[in-house]
Amino acid sequence: MVEVTLWGALGQLAGGKSKVEVEAKDIRELFRKLAEQYPGFEPWIDRGIAVAIDGTIYRDTWSKKLPEGAEIFLLPRLAGG
Amino acid sequence: MNFDPRFSGRKFASVGTRPIRPDGVDKVTGRARYGADFNMAGQLVGRVLRSPHAHAKILKIDTSKAEKLAGVKAVITAKDLPDLTGGDAAMYDILDNCMARTKALYDGHAVAAVAAIDARTARQALKLIEVEYEILPHVTDVDEAMQHHAPLINDTIFTEGLEEKPVKPSNVTKRSQFGHGDVHQGFGHADFIVERSFKTEQTHQGYIEPHACVASVSSDGTAELWVCTQGHFVYRQHCAQLLGMEASKLRVTSSEIGGGFGGKTHVWAEPVALALSRKAGRPVKLVMTRDEVFRASGPTSATSIDVKIGARKDGTITAAEATLRYSAGPYAGSWAEIGAMTAFACYKLDNVKTVGYEVLVNRPKTAAYRAPSAPMAAFAVESAVDELAKELGMDPVDFRIKNAAQEGTRSSYGPVYGPIGIGPTLEAVKNHPHMKAPLKKNQGRGMACGFWFNFGGQTCVDLNIGMDGSVSLAVGTVDVGGSRASLSLVAAEELGIDYAQLKAVVADTSSLGYNDMTDGSRGTFSSSMATISAARNAIKILRERAAQMWDISVDDVVWEQGHAVAKGDKHGNLGKLSLKEIAAESGKTGGPIAGHSELVADGAGVSFATHICDIEVDPETGSTRVIRYTVVQDAGKAVHPTYVEGQYQGGAAQGIGWALNEEYIYGKDGRLQNAGFLDYRIPVCSDLPMIDTQILEIPNPNHPYGVRGVGETSIVPPLAAIANAVSNAAGVRMTHIPMSPPRILAAIEAERGG
Amino acid sequence: MAGIAVSTTINGDNIEYLCQPDETLLDVLRDRLGLTGAKEGCGTGDCGACSIILDNRLVCSCLVLGAEAEGRRIETVEGMAHGDQLHTLQQKFLEHAALQCGICTPGFLIAAKDLLAKNPDPTEEEIRFGLAGNLCRCTGYDKIVRAVQDAAHVMKGA
Repeated sequence: MVEVTLWGALGQLAGGKSKVEVEAKDIRELFRKLAEQYPGFEPWIDRGIAVAIDGTIYRDTWSKKLPEGAEIFLLPRLAGG
Repeated sequence: MNFDPRFSGRKFASVGTRPIRPDGVDKVTGRARYGADFNMAGQLVGRVLRSPHAHAKILKIDTSKAEKLAGVKAVITAKDLPDLTGGDAAMYDILDNCMARTKALYDGHAVAAVAAIDARTARQALKLIEVEYEILPHVTDVDEAMQHHAPLINDTIFTEGLEEKPVKPSNVTKRSQFGHGDVHQGFGHADFIVERSFKTEQTHQGYIEPHACVASVSSDGTAELWVCTQGHFVYRQHCAQLLGMEASKLRVTSSEIGGGFGGKTHVWAEPVALALSRKAGRPVKLVMTRDEVFRASGPTSATSIDVKIGARKDGTITAAEATLRYSAGPYAGSWAEIGAMTAFACYKLDNVKTVGYEVLVNRPKTAAYRAPSAPMAAFAVESAVDELAKELGMDPVDFRIKNAAQEGTRSSYGPVYGPIGIGPTLEAVKNHPHMKAPLKKNQGRGMACGFWFNFGGQTCVDLNIGMDGSVSLAVGTVDVGGSRASLSLVAAEELGIDYAQLKAVVADTSSLGYNDMTDGSRGTFSSSMATISAARNAIKILRERAAQMWDISVDDVVWEQGHAVAKGDKHGNLGKLSLKEIAAESGKTGGPIAGHSELVADGAGVSFATHICDIEVDPETGSTRVIRYTVVQDAGKAVHPTYVEGQYQGGAAQGIGWALNEEYIYGKDGRLQNAGFLDYRIPVCSDLPMIDTQILEIPNPNHPYGVRGVGETSIVPPLAAIANAVSNAAGVRMTHIPMSPPRILAAIEAERGG
Repeated sequence: MAGIAVSTTINGDNIEYLCQPDETLLDVLRDRLGLTGAKEGCGTGDCGACSIILDNRLVCSCLVLGAEAEGRRIETVEGMAHGDQLHTLQQKFLEHAALQCGICTPGFLIAAKDLLAKNPDPTEEEIRFGLAGNLCRCTGYDKIVRAVQDAAHVMKGA
């Protein structure tokens, strides 16, 4: 079980919660479970969500493991110039 | 692929040296081919008709007269680019931006295009196209566009991210919020509070090379596109999707690129050129004029930002809050969101809240510009931080050091930081001789900090070893400022060979797997990771081949300094085999030797910079001179330090232009009034001093060599550093960028009068 | 429209071409003669990317008509190197990394060549004003100025 912190807009889709608990071993499973639990997340996942694991931002590595007790933050998937 | 990206702390032989770039001679002799330097046999000249109105319904387009003009081979409108985006809103916006469908949304919006046998005929044909418009009320100012009575740009937009779904459409596409703690409580503990509003005007990336491409569509459904772009694979995806082609049948070659800075990251002219070529059955060359570049491509957001920061007497910030409004042009974006995430990223804050609003206006679609959105937020925040330091009676550097984020700090955008460089850049600035140099009359010194995320992404590299032992490196990230040199250094480092033994090229889309664009400071970060991985894969094969040549087990062969070496005592009589010797035998040991890598580079390290500048203000005219400028930035690891310095200097210079001169000026009619380099003045050589640089190297734990991105962060601090310097020189707080002479003079006079 | 026959000298070679009366010299160089070293950054004489030397005078070739080249002497970036021997300025631009994207480089090299021909020992300020007609968006000019200073130093000693 990992605790995931959501940013504002996602929090609203999760019924105003800023943190949710999900049983997931990696980013792929996390997204799948979140989409099951909160169907409103799906378009956001399609558009791109980045996952910060202990401070490092992952945008594409869906195979990245989510270590037990790690700090996990969802962020909008951004691009640069 | 089991590639371990973790930082290994190795000693370097090639990385960190400063050789001449592999594409250098072509660029100093005029031989390098940029977007407009390429031609195809039988090519036509393409030109685009653009809306002169900021906001207008397109009632009718009559192209019949243009079609009849001798020498015209194709005329297209939105009808020739049907909507194939399948509900992908972002792609639909790109399509509509390439060619207006029902409404022209800004002065310069494309409405039709022609292909003709020469430029003169094409120009004549444009004049023969009759467009009937119904002019609609427009809005170009970000604050005005948020008003309830503002003209609606898109009546299907309902603000996203509000607690309750709004009942009426508006120009605000999205509200986003970041932060933690309780700012209300935090301000309650403050002894001093600074609260200010700021504005920044819209600027253009200002690349010297206008957008240019040559498109050739064959009747068998295949096509070629030569184009200046920051990402030819992305352009291929976009164009294929918009034209209903299979991506693999569209071969895109990236030309040398004459600057991009974020402005060559999505398609404008390319789908139009392809559609023209498809219709005409001949290749079409389409080159934008400078006027078109300003009116239709590029620009960054104009912003309006409110900041409030409170601190205790001892200098501890107790709360920080900002509301940020960013113009997005006529299509939705995430520009304010990035501003809201980066605004307070330099600081350790218990209570922080930022709210961003994306705002539609009748201006060109906003494109990324080097650390997009961060410079404006930093301008507002760092100006307020300076003012607060002054109220506290603290040195501005000491005040920032006291509140700087560090490893373990919760960032203002959410996650906790790993090892970061904000503290070290501040310490370096504090000890820099620039901070102690005397100032003359009417001169002021300013400093400011900046943050940028840096990104990685999908990356692919091929490394081929020739039979003569020379190595060709094919990368898929467009080289915008010397990355072929840095990637050659990385390959030389891994293989243990000389830099001169390598030649790096940017491969076309049919020769290499998909690569994300060169954006987000990812070029060297991502492609060096893939290069290291590809080189290690090649070394594995080189060891196998050496083992065959020696007839021993591959487990007994190690790779050391460009040679296969038999390890242990039992093969003590075997000499070393160089890469050259192994390559020469490759035909007999299993064929060509190569290393490939396809990976997602993730974990790019965030980076920080602190800049110092001295400005002289003429109190009679409001004109300014940059007297001295220093950049201190964390590079993680500088692979080719000269080009890292170049990134620092270039970002600073762009920031100087933004801070002091550059702005889009719209008339009441919604038309851009300064669409040229004469009236949109970017810094020239005589405007600037030397720009000193100091490279710090705090390794990124997620890259084998510790590399972070370096391209973007350097444009984040200048707006604020210069505003602080001008404010100190003029004795009045400047809150509106650019600080052009009239604005400075008005501020000085208001202060005198008040 | 009838073409105008022009006879001129480009990088020491006698060249003849036909051009339209409204055609710029830049378009002639690039589109008719294949000399694409000069670039079009603006077409209005503001960026200097199309700089050439016309009878010992630095000009923006986008502001000169092709027909005006009749009987004159043109120098472009393509004529700077002798065989495989780079001009000192070209060499110093490489050594100092005075280019990033490189689109402005031909114009800067030509402008710097003209500057040093007229003022072999310029101060930093003279270099900065001498090159103020050329825009560079990548480098912040620092390394360009240093490259020109170094080249001037070497050329003086030669």
